[in-house]
Amino acid sequence: MDFAFTEDQQELFEYVKEFCDEKLKPFADETDRAHEYPWDKVALMREMDLFGIPIAEQYGGMELGFLEWAVIGELVSAGCTTTGAVYGAHMLAEYPIMYFGTEEQKEKYLTPLATGESIGAFGLTEPMAGSDAGSVRMTAIRDGDEYVLNGTKIFITNGGDAEIYIIIANARPDRGMRGVTAFIVEKGMEGFEFGKDEEKMAFKSLSNRELIFNDCRVPAENLLHKEGRGFQVTMETLRVGRIGMAIGAVGLAQVAYEAAVEYSLTREQFGERIANFQMIQYHLANMATELEAGRLLTYRAAWLKDQGLEFEKEAAMAKVKTSEVCGYVTSKAVQIHGGYGYCCDYPVERYMREAKLFEIVEGTSEIQRLVIANQLLKEARK
Amino acid sequence: MRIIVCIKQVPDTTDVKINPETGTLIRDGVPSIINPFDENAIEAAVQLVEEHGGEVIGLCMGPPQAEQSLREAVAMGVNRAVLLCDRALAGGDTLATSYSLAQAISRIGDFDLIFCGKQAFDGDTGQVGPGLAEHLGIPQITYAIEIEEVTDKEIQVRRLLADGFEVVRATLPCLITAIKQLNEPRMPGLKNRIKAKKAEIELWTCESVSAQESRCGLDGSPTNVIKTFTPTRQVEGEIIAGETAEEKAGTLIDKLRDAQVL
Ligand SMILES: Cc1cc2nc3c(=O)[nH]c(=O)nc-3n(C[C@H](O)[C@H](O)[C@H](O)COP(=O)(O)OP(=O)(O)OC[C@H]3O[C@@H](n4cnc5c(N)ncnc54)[C@H](O)[C@@H]3O)c2cc1C
Repeated sequence: MDFAFTEDQQELFEYVKEFCDEKLKPFADETDRAHEYPWDKVALMREMDLFGIPIAEQYGGMELGFLEWAVIGELVSAGCTTTGAVYGAHMLAEYPIMYFGTEEQKEKYLTPLATGESIGAFGLTEPMAGSDAGSVRMTAIRDGDEYVLNGTKIFITNGGDAEIYIIIANARPDRGMRGVTAFIVEKGMEGFEFGKDEEKMAFKSLSNRELIFNDCRVPAENLLHKEGRGFQVTMETLRVGRIGMAIGAVGLAQVAYEAAVEYSLTREQFGERIANFQMIQYHLANMATELEAGRLLTYRAAWLKDQGLEFEKEAAMAKVKTSEVCGYVTSKAVQIHGGYGYCCDYPVERYMREAKLFEIVEGTSEIQRLVIANQLLKEARK
Repeated sequence: MRIIVCIKQVPDTTDVKINPETGTLIRDGVPSIINPFDENAIEAAVQLVEEHGGEVIGLCMGPPQAEQSLREAVAMGVNRAVLLCDRALAGGDTLATSYSLAQAISRIGDFDLIFCGKQAFDGDTGQVGPGLAEHLGIPQITYAIEIEEVTDKEIQVRRLLADGFEVVRATLPCLITAIKQLNEPRMPGLKNRIKAKKAEIELWTCESVSAQESRCGLDGSPTNVIKTFTPTRQVEGEIIAGETAEEKAGTLIDKLRDAQVL
């Protein structure tokens, strides 16, 4: 057992941290308040080669592991949560192509995603299919060499700004879940349009649009994996996605925690720094401990993935733990800031609003517990 | 275009400590970086080559570990890296240093431009760039804030002066020194950093650039640093105490009157 990063990893993370501290962090508030997709930050991330960390060099990636992808995601999220969310959602398009794609699909779609030339999105959720992902109603009916897509997706991160979409639809509605199929769809294909961009509690500059398909004809070669295997594609993608969400939460909790420590060392009441009060120390100690627990769960899930070992349960544990830790830490960070923490001049109120997202997307905390319980009972019954 | 950039490796700190006994800089434990103004010089050179084609040659005089700075320059887009490294070069003043660099540049051959930083962070003399231009017998434009135009034969540069700007045109080849406001040096991407790790760094010695050892290093330096020291603070500041802002302002005015400033 070795908890240390290698020298190469250390150097990589220090350099990326320098990038995040210099190019993302000073503008994080501005990025959030702009109410505009952070294209300038995307461009910087692209120049830094951060969009294809675990993708093979052959397809324009860095050919590193998911652990490196995760740690970098944490640093990006700590620098700018909005950019961190773009980074996380982007992988939801890259990973299924990397894992299930044909050679042609990888060349055509994975390469521009890995270099960051194109941004990706993953469209699963529908108005009537949220946690119950197998019940998607969008249809994709085969017609000769094409599939005809009809239906609507909602809440899709990067929607409208992304060029490449993984879309989960049903090719055989009569077969229920066994008809669910995944497709690669390009922005600009006829019959594919964008609807409402959700106004949200936080992440104001992140796009979460409706994707509207009206007789959109997609070539059969854009079928990802096999017809009827879309649920498998979804589950595999979300396993990695959970690590991405977990790490986003860790990054956010980290900056909130740092803000709280710094504030407690400068704010004076009763003639001394509030950090001297035992109750503040109690909060800080808990925050740091919870944060570290969540981080280690997440790194381990990513490490298991890199080792080719089973990581389903661990990724779900990491996601549920870190998202709840993030809620706790950001809320305590506001508490430690007192009234100033509730005001928008300090970033902690934004952190607290942002934190809530992590308990909802890519499987709510309830769903994560379902996944964990299913898995552990399966193991126990063996 | 063929552009040469002179790069110095310096300790990464703005308040360099001095050993009071020897009067030399304490470098132990201080990480090394590219002299910040040299990063502006590299960026300017790389941008020009990106626009006009050609190559950028990074030239660094320094100890073997200065190779690291050249690798960073390669990651930023420098095409070829030369480290002028010889024991005989140690302890050179600005005259010896500019002579040694000029010899190395003669070995490089024809070039259109030389970029230097306006000064090094550690020595702060600002003399090596101008000295180099004199050794080579070419025009120089110091304190460049904007490269306005470059043609096959000429360059037009806006210089920052203490009280304004000056626009200067010079024929090529020409030497330019860069200030911080010239550009924002890029952070190279991960791929270029990996490539730079494997890049070849050419090692040159005094002999290989036909530099006379008597004109290099300590031997070739008419300037002698007699003493370097951190000045002791002699005037103490005073924080004016008082209950209210009015009271403090009143005390301040009294004091200024006493000192006959008001
Ligand atoms: C900002 C944002 C970004 C998003 N990005 C994407 C994206 O890029 N791609 C995409 O496809 N989707 C995306 N989503 C959708 C997101 O994944 C879903 O909102 C989420 O999975 C929950 O689905 P739902 O909203 O339909 O809630 P519901 O499924 O209706 O859940 C409502 C409540 O019921 C609980 N619940 C549901 N089923 C059970 C059960 N069996 N047992 C116990 N409790 C249960 C839930 O935990 C929750 O508390 C995004 C959402 C948001 C808000």
